[in-house]
Amino acid sequence: MIIELGHFALVLALAVAIVQSTLPIWGAERRNVALMAVAAPAAVIQFLLVAFSFAALTYAFVTSDFSLSLVVANSHTLKPMLYKVTGVWGNHEGSLLLWVLILALFGASAAWFGGNLPPALKARVLAVQGMIGVAFLVFMLLTSNPFLRLEVPPMNGQDLNPLLQDPGLAFHPPFLYLGYVGLSMSFSFAVAALIEGRVDAAWGRWVRPWTLAAWVFLTIGIALGSWWAYYELGWGGFWFWDPVENASFMPWLLAAALLHSAIVVEKRESLKAWTILLAILAFGFSLIGTFIVRSGVITSVHAFANDPERGVYILLILAVFMGGALTLFAARAGSLEAKGVFATVSRESALVANNLLLAVACFVVFIGTIWPLVAELLWDRKLSVGAPFFNAAFSPFMVALAAILPIGAMMPWKRGEIGRALRPLWPALVLSLSLGALVWAMQTGRSALGPVGVILGLWVVLGSVTDFWTRTGRGAIAGRLSRLARLPRADWGKATAHAGFGITVFAVSAMVAWKTEDIRVVQIGGSYPLGPYEITLADVRDVQGPNYTSTMAEMVVRRDGAEVATLFPEKRNYPVAAMPTTEAGIDYGLFRDVYLVIGDPQTGGGWAIRSYIEPFANWLWAGCLIMSLGGLLSLSDRRYRVAAGARRPADAAAVPAE
Amino acid sequence: MRALLLALLLLAAPVAAPVWAVQPDEVLADPALETRARKLSAGLRCLVCRTESIDESNAPLARDLRLLVRERLVAGDTDPETIAYIVDRFGEYVLLNPTTSGSNIILWLAAPGLLLAGLGISALYLRRRAQPAGVEALSSDERARLDQILKP
Repeated sequence: MIIELGHFALVLALAVAIVQSTLPIWGAERRNVALMAVAAPAAVIQFLLVAFSFAALTYAFVTSDFSLSLVVANSHTLKPMLYKVTGVWGNHEGSLLLWVLILALFGASAAWFGGNLPPALKARVLAVQGMIGVAFLVFMLLTSNPFLRLEVPPMNGQDLNPLLQDPGLAFHPPFLYLGYVGLSMSFSFAVAALIEGRVDAAWGRWVRPWTLAAWVFLTIGIALGSWWAYYELGWGGFWFWDPVENASFMPWLLAAALLHSAIVVEKRESLKAWTILLAILAFGFSLIGTFIVRSGVITSVHAFANDPERGVYILLILAVFMGGALTLFAARAGSLEAKGVFATVSRESALVANNLLLAVACFVVFIGTIWPLVAELLWDRKLSVGAPFFNAAFSPFMVALAAILPIGAMMPWKRGEIGRALRPLWPALVLSLSLGALVWAMQTGRSALGPVGVILGLWVVLGSVTDFWTRTGRGAIAGRLSRLARLPRADWGKATAHAGFGITVFAVSAMVAWKTEDIRVVQIGGSYPLGPYEITLADVRDVQGPNYTSTMAEMVVRRDGAEVATLFPEKRNYPVAAMPTTEAGIDYGLFRDVYLVIGDPQTGGGWAIRSYIEPFANWLWAGCLIMSLGGLLSLSDRRYRVAAGARRPADAAAVPAE
Repeated sequence: MRALLLALLLLAAPVAAPVWAVQPDEVLADPALETRARKLSAGLRCLVCRTESIDESNAPLARDLRLLVRERLVAGDTDPETIAYIVDRFGEYVLLNPTTSGSNIILWLAAPGLLLAGLGISALYLRRRAQPAGVEALSSDERARLDQILKP
């Protein structure tokens, strides 16, 4: 019964979404207040209906209702409760429902928190959001209905893909979707602004928090996925340039560009057309990502539900929304006149450079991802584009970005001088270069990658600190410290996020440049050296898990005779899904991870053991976390909440002069 | 039978399968050769996997390829010769780093090209923003009038 109600709620949500996408936009054209007012309650009702539907599906998974074909295909009674719940979105249909739920949540949030939006803009934004909802609800009901029943329910399910039975991957999709779908808000704002034909500072201020939120979620989602790959895939890699990874990375790059260009719209009323275009494209890349993951056109490590029919439908959604928005853009962009005047050397120009680098970097990822498809269609060449291409073609853009970031961040608006902006940065530059030189001198015969990573990382981090410190003005340290606390949250966010980026750049190059690897056969009781450590294979035994069997090794890591850690790398086998997984034994540390993997037993006795020292691995996840923390800090800036607060003058008066 | 096995493997590995990759018994005695072998295998694609190199993959076919690479190196082939040997037999699909030959030149030049175009457009845009439209130089009449006013 609950299942049928959930199914019914989904159909009802479609009806509400159709109302939400038509009446308000018509009302906004006709200046009909009553029709425009339909938008907000419709968005909230749509959200509640989809939420109910999602709850119904979750209920089916939790109670292992095997009359539902989706539950049969993706669950099992023996599965731990956590993975019964996360199994809801561990498949195509359920993850699509989660996608629609988050879409509706963003629509409802715009209705709840959009109190300071002009009514016509709000009506149009919610209507566009409703249209996206209609497209995806129809897609789901026609091709990927999660509520299909089986006539003869089996006794038990086929279990969730064991690789997905992991805390890191369990929460990777929701965060990613929050990011992907969050960009739909920026898209809706862009399209609504194009329909109105007006983009001003206020628009820049409204659209930025949504983009920022989406970017923060995307950052966390991508970091979770990368962390998962690191500890689960068994050789310590953290990024594979796989099409699906690229699919999430492209919107991230464009969202980062959009964040920065929206600042120019907000502060200087320039770059308007470009910002609108970015907002449209960023969501476009989210849709392309959906297409890549779900169509199976581009084969990838973790594409699921490969189905040409679904692919065609998503391509249709992509064509309609991108085609419509870009046509509208072509018609209206000319009328978006820029106001601000600025010199060639200025903060504005620096942000243009930032956008250029991020957008071209995104394009590199895009062309590398689709090139095998293009080459096969046009020239009948079957070829691959893998990590070596991306490393060569993508990295230079990140190097350039990190190199100009501190200078750009210190550049004044309107008119600046590079020499003057660089003056407070000299200590940071000298310190980074000398530390880089020291590292270069200390390492023996390895690539320049490590030292370059040190220089860039330190330069960005110290640059952010310098920028932040100069914001406190001049005078005694005590006075400056007290002013520090009163700096707007946006400044805190900027410094934090930039520092996080620097740490990430450093960690990536350190992990690639300084990794130590060892592959060998080890007898039980045998020891071998790994860097400064001595590792002993104490024991290998079989262990029974809740829904798997495991071969577990006990390995002792010692340094100078003292025990550092005892690790238990595992090789699991999930009998229901008939799939093996590796669970690496990892000793996490501040400066390095010791990473042990057990392989197959050897014919001559002993076990194949792979061991790694992963330098600064934790810095990578920390860097990503700090970046998203910076985003959150900036998001909490009260100027966003009271910004266009002309509606309530009392509030506006309470804003301290900043 | 082999084709069937391949098909089964393809079906069974939709998600990145756990990786054992290089096995201890494959490692060459000569560390210099082994380093070269590792470097070469990182650039070769495992044919039955998704986007994994043979260095990372645990598929039996990847193992065969790794052994083949080592065989060629031990036989005295140079790195390019080894790659050419493999590409001759398996096609350019095995190259994770696409060549710059033929149409692939578009792939390699696309980003630098776009960057240059972007730089050009940005430079034009920035120059236009630096001189606001609508503010024109004074006409000679206006200039004369201004001089008159400013005259002490």
